[in-house]
Amino acid sequence: MTNYLLQENLAVSDSGFLFHASTGETFTVNETGKTIIKLLQQKKEKEEIFSEIEKEFDIEAGLLEKDYDDFINQLKNFSLIERI
Amino acid sequence: MNIAVTGLNATDNPGPGIPVIRSLKEQRKFTGKITGLIYDSLEPGIYMDDLVDNYYHIPYPSSGLDNLMERISYIHKKKKLDLIIPTLDSELYGFVKLQPKLKKLGIRTFLPTLEQLNIRGKDKLFDFCKANNINVPKNILIQSQNDLEKIEKQFKFPVVVKGIFYEAYIAQSFEEVLPYFNKLKSKWGYPIIIQEYIKGDEFNVVALGDGEGGTTGAVAMRKLYITDKGKGWAGITIKENTLIDMAHQIIEKTEWCSGLELEFMKSKETGEFYLLEINPRLPAWVYLAPQAGQNLPAALVKLAYGKKVKPFTTYEIGKIFVRCSWDLITDIKKFETIATLGEW
Repeated sequence: MTNYLLQENLAVSDSGFLFHASTGETFTVNETGKTIIKLLQQKKEKEEIFSEIEKEFDIEAGLLEKDYDDFINQLKNFSLIERI
Repeated sequence: MNIAVTGLNATDNPGPGIPVIRSLKEQRKFTGKITGLIYDSLEPGIYMDDLVDNYYHIPYPSSGLDNLMERISYIHKKKKLDLIIPTLDSELYGFVKLQPKLKKLGIRTFLPTLEQLNIRGKDKLFDFCKANNINVPKNILIQSQNDLEKIEKQFKFPVVVKGIFYEAYIAQSFEEVLPYFNKLKSKWGYPIIIQEYIKGDEFNVVALGDGEGGTTGAVAMRKLYITDKGKGWAGITIKENTLIDMAHQIIEKTEWCSGLELEFMKSKETGEFYLLEINPRLPAWVYLAPQAGQNLPAALVKLAYGKKVKPFTTYEIGKIFVRCSWDLITDIKKFETIATLGEW
């Protein structure tokens, strides 16, 4: 299973506003995105993240997998996470 | 204390004078006066109420140092200047050369030496960086039309075509180099600088060197909004130790005396920072520094007075500046007086 580490210096506010303190870049994520990022910050593994998301949001398991992969790819494209 | 400041041209290509003055006036216990040294009767800083106490026209650098010194002496007789802070690149050589005469009048300055100014010149920066293991885009100097053939042999396109003092253009092909080359040659003369184009994001540092190799302060910023003239219209302080370390290294190696701005490009390809320019004065965004916790203009004044300044070591991350366009309304009397008498 592949896990990811969030970049250092990434601040996440309660409103879902991300600020990368090293690059000055800012991003906005929705509630689900914010939850995933907070769980990544806590170094949770993919299975734990899925379990938390399914508890908190009304989402089909198949769709969650696809949306999660899309979201992770976006974070990778913006260099906000790296594979560990 | 009466401090004279230039660069009140708070236009869409702003001079650093107004942010320097704002920084000085926001120090606790600042009771000094500010004299604005202006080149044009419509410099917006003239019409910003309560910021500057009096204004005087000064001659353009091209009219010669004698004219400038004569004018400064006249202003000094009227207002007793204690310190002059020139903020524009084009003035610096003149003010540096006038330093002994200004000192005789009792007017302080805190400026780089001619040698320091030359080290960071666009034609010398490459050698300075190579000698000090600082990443810098590859560049060559074109001294004549015949040298143009070097470009295709030594570079991949696009390349940056730069004038010796100002202006830079990105040329996608050799055919595109030629019009830029001719334009820059007729405007600024030789050499023309051909520089490797580094694709990436631009980062800046404002810093203050104490003249003995020490860094009094340094703040790193990422531009958030850039105008079509390439000027930062909004920016945010960032935490990037690599940039701050490079600022310390450059100031130590040059023993830089004064404010400076470093321009970097972070390569998308390698993730490394490349030094593009050292601007030998505080930048127009310097007001962000005191707001983030480092009042570099105020520290510059203390250094000019020979005081020891405890170096700043931290600043607030995530502090943002956003420029604005704001119409100032004034009576014709002020404009008339400045335009006819050259002072207010």
